Parts: sequence; structure tokens; C-alpha cells
Amino acid sequence: MADTAILVKRAPWYDPSRLSRFGREARRYPILPVIFLIAVLVIPAAFAPMIAPHNPLEGELSKRLQPPVWQEGGSWDNVLGTDKMGRDVLSRILYGAKYAIIVSLSVIVVSGVIGVALGLIAGYFGGKTDTIIMRLVDIALSIPPVLLALAIVASQGPGLKWVIVVIVSVLWSRYARQVRGEVLSVVTQDFIARARVAGCSHFRIIFRHIFPNVVNTIVVLATLQVGFVIVLESSLSFLGAGIPRPTPAWGVMVSDGRELVVTAWWVAFFPGLAILLVTLSLNLFGDWLRDRLDPKQRNV
Amino acid sequence: MQRFIIIRVFYSIVVLFIVSMIVFGLARMSGDPTDVMLPLDASQEQRDALRQIWGLDKPLPVQYAKFIGNAFQGDFGDSVKWPDHTALGMVVERFPATLELAGISIVICLILSVPLGVLSAVKKDTPLDFVGKIIALLGQSLPPFWLGIVLIFVFAVNLDLLPTQGRGDVRNLILPAITLGWFPVAAMMRLVRSAMLEVLDAEYVKLARVKGIPEWKVIWKHCLRNAAIPPLTYFGIVAGQLITGAVITETVFSWPGTGLLAIDAIRARDYQVVQAVVIIFAAIFVLSNLVVDILYAYLDPRIRYT
Repeated sequence: MADTAILVKRAPWYDPSRLSRFGREARRYPILPVIFLIAVLVIPAAFAPMIAPHNPLEGELSKRLQPPVWQEGGSWDNVLGTDKMGRDVLSRILYGAKYAIIVSLSVIVVSGVIGVALGLIAGYFGGKTDTIIMRLVDIALSIPPVLLALAIVASQGPGLKWVIVVIVSVLWSRYARQVRGEVLSVVTQDFIARARVAGCSHFRIIFRHIFPNVVNTIVVLATLQVGFVIVLESSLSFLGAGIPRPTPAWGVMVSDGRELVVTAWWVAFFPGLAILLVTLSLNLFGDWLRDRLDPKQRNV
Repeated sequence: MQRFIIIRVFYSIVVLFIVSMIVFGLARMSGDPTDVMLPLDASQEQRDALRQIWGLDKPLPVQYAKFIGNAFQGDFGDSVKWPDHTALGMVVERFPATLELAGISIVICLILSVPLGVLSAVKKDTPLDFVGKIIALLGQSLPPFWLGIVLIFVFAVNLDLLPTQGRGDVRNLILPAITLGWFPVAAMMRLVRSAMLEVLDAEYVKLARVKGIPEWKVIWKHCLRNAAIPPLTYFGIVAGQLITGAVITETVFSWPGTGLLAIDAIRARDYQVVQAVVIIFAAIFVLSNLVVDILYAYLDPRIRYT
């Protein structure tokens, strides 16, 4: 039994069982991310007109570029300071949550529906249909969204609907590819063949038998994509290729604040911080969800 | 393998054509170009004459064919905003700056992500792994433009260590390179880590240990080589994605590269330049994807038959 000694690792200086236990317990429910998301995303988006201290679009020029309350010159009236038009930063952030939700939800829903439908069809019917759809997926995956957005803005000007169109045209392909992979592994199983023999129509098989088995992956993918979409949308808005000014979308606010970073850092900092924290919470939540629904991917 | 390559090249060409069609279509969609070129009181005959000169009276497919024909010869039209330059000329002129930035970011990405990923996998569930996971999470969640602005604020404004913008010597490169490279480092690190985790469980690894090979050799020589395939191919995709990141980073740092050129051209309504930039960038992107696909098929023969 001497050779087994080589395979045993030395004991580390910390206690790994305690650490992993703590990690596991803390991750049982993603409390912190969910609370945070609700506080910074959901409540402002729904109730901004009621809780925002100021109007996000009209500023008092006499109060322009006021620092946040804890710096000299700040006041509790504008807790996070004002921008160069005198608009309250906090109010604009609260109103901006709405755009993050609108864009990400509509993008995810539309691209999800398209992508999942095409993925189901491709995986189930196979053959030529599969090939054609997968070629479309490859093409859609090859187009960088920023380039497409730039081209569209150059010709049409920025706009909320264009942001959605651009991101959807790129995002649906990820759903399609993932779903098709899952469907391929489900479709070979016996119960599908038996359903066919029993006389089920294709439609019924897809919806009642295949879809419930892939829905987990779809949910995980969608949740993880929301953060990505928010960052992408704010990047496009930052470049001027997304939501137009003076709408208080977070990306637009960072762009406004960029030239002021030397004198008025708060104009760019707080909207960006909002984006970061929201995306972080969404990713943490998505990771937790994935661990619950799809344990195979846990180590990724 | 031959057949695979041919099919892949064919798709790449198809993608490029589709992108060019989209770009072309968008140009035509933005209204009658003659409105921009003529003063408001021009007569209808003058408009028609101008249309004929520019070939705008011909049917769309003919216009598109002419556009593609010109593009193949490298003629993307003349820039409106920078009068003495052609559109392609502007792109070429600014490209080295972007290449410099992207090159440094790639180097940083490789140097940082591979060791971090390997260590994170080997020392799984340790504090080091925890740090690695934090980096990966932040990489996905940080908006790159915000990171650039915060870096400027901390290092240039407050600490006065580095310049705020523009291109110059090494010090100008640091902050943009960090901003651009952040996401690739996080993504690659994650990929290296998961690939290594899979490999570390393999039987041949246990055999190597039993044979008495020192642990560092087992990890770095045997495991890493086998774990390298997914990260390697992702690396090619990263090289293409750096284009997108470059547009944002160049905007934040006023780095005079092709990305900033695109933004300036949009603001100035210089559509010829925008067209040129989009198509060139798309070509680079498609090319890097193509190289990645071929590389992947070369390294992993199972792919060739899908």
C-alpha cells in the first residue's frame, strides 16, 4: 500500500471542508443579489415618478455640476450631485432603470422566442431544415453587434427600437444553437419515438414532450444573457449608437459625464456603478439558477 | 479536411456579402442622397443630372454590383469630412493605432489569463480560486467604458501618474490596454480553468503522478497541452471581438485608431468612411473566425465531420 501515499495530497493550511460548507450554505439562496436587483432595478423602474426627488429631464442651471452630498458644495437636495444641465443625477439614475429593463426584457423575449422556435425546429426535423437554420445561425453569430449598430446609426440615427433590433438580430442565434443541441440529445430517446407511433402530431411532440426538457437550459441562458444585454445596450448608448439623448439611460449618462471626469466625476461614475452592480447581481443570480437547474455546468 | 476548409471559406464569403448588403441597404435607406449634395433650390433637372452622374437612376442591384466592384478594387469612395483622403485611405491610416492597442491587449490577455486559469483550476476551492472567480465575474459585469473612465479618474486625475488620453509613449498605452484587455482576460481565464478542471481528472494524469513526474511538470507540461484547445480557439474569437472593444476604448481615451474614426465619421455623417470601416472590420472579424474554425478542426478531428 506504499504507492497510494504518492497519490494523497498534503493537507492545506486552511480547512477546506469548512470553507466549502460555508460557500454552499451561503449560496443556497441568492439573497443579496435578489434584494439588490429589486432595490436598484425593479422598484426604480416601476416607481421612479413617485420616489425620484427631481425631474430627470429639466435641470436648474443655477445648480449645475454640484458635487454629491458628502463633498464640499453638495447638498441633500441632490444627493448624488447634478450634471452640466443642472439635472439631479440620482433622479436620472432612477428613471434610467426603466430603459435597462425595457430593452433587456424585450430583447430577451423576442430573441428567445425566435431562437428557441428555430432551435426546436432545427433539432427536431433535422436534415435540410437543420442545415439551413444552422447556416443562418452561423451568419448571425458572425456579425458583431457594435458594427451593425454603427452602420444603422450612421444611416438612420439612434433610437430605442434600433437598439432592440440590433441586439435581437445577434442574440437569437445563441438560443437557437443551444436549444438545438439540447433537442438533439432529447430527440433520440425512446419516448419520442413512442409518441410518434401513438399518433402525436409533430407540433404536439415538440411542445409537450421536447420543450419541457429543454426549458431549464433556456431559462439559465436567458438569465445570464440579461446582464450581457444591459452592458451591450449601455455600450451602444455610450457610443451614441443606442438610446438617444436626453433620455436618462445609464449608458447615455456615462457618455455625458465622460468629458467631465476631471472636474465632475460623479456624473459618469454613478450611472456606470448602477450598470455594474445590476449586471453583477444578475450574473450571480444566473449562476445560482444554473447550479440549481443544470448541475452539469457547475464548474464552468 | 479540404472539404471542411472550402465550406468554411464559402460561408465566410457569404457573411461578408450579407454585411455589405446590409451596409449598402442602410445607405440607400437614409433618404435621397441628392438632397444632401445639392442646395435646396436646385431644380428637378439638376437633380436628375446629378443622379445620372452618380448612377443613382439605375436599379438597385446594378448599383450594388457597382459598389461591390469598386470595393474589390479598394475604392470605397472619398471621405466627406477629411477632404483629401479616400475612405479606405482613412481606415488604413488609422489602423496601426488600433493594431497597437489590440496587440498589447492580446499579449496581456495571454500572459495573465493562462497562469491565472491554471492556478485557479489546480487550487480549486482555495482562496486563490476565489480571487480568480471574482475576476471572472467582474470581467463579465464591468461595462468597459465605465472601467476606462474610472481608471482615468483614479490614475490620471487623482494620482497624476498616467496621461488621460491620446496616443504617445508607453504610459499612454497602459490604461487603454487594461480597459480593452479586461474582458478577454476574464473570459479566457474562465475557459482555461474549466478546461484544466476536466483534464486534471483524467487517468493519464494519475499515471504521470504515479510514475514520479514532479507535480509542476504534470500540470504545466501534460495537462495544459491537452486543456489548451478550447481556450486556443476562443482566443481567435477574442482577437475578432477586440474590434468591438476597440471602438469603445478608443472613444473613452481619444485613442486615434480606426474605432474612433468610425464614431467621428458617424457624427460627421461621412457615410463613405463608415461603410469602409464597417466592411473592413467585418472582414477582419470573419477572417479571425475562419482561422479559429480551421484551427479547431485541425486540432480536434471530430469537428471536421459536423
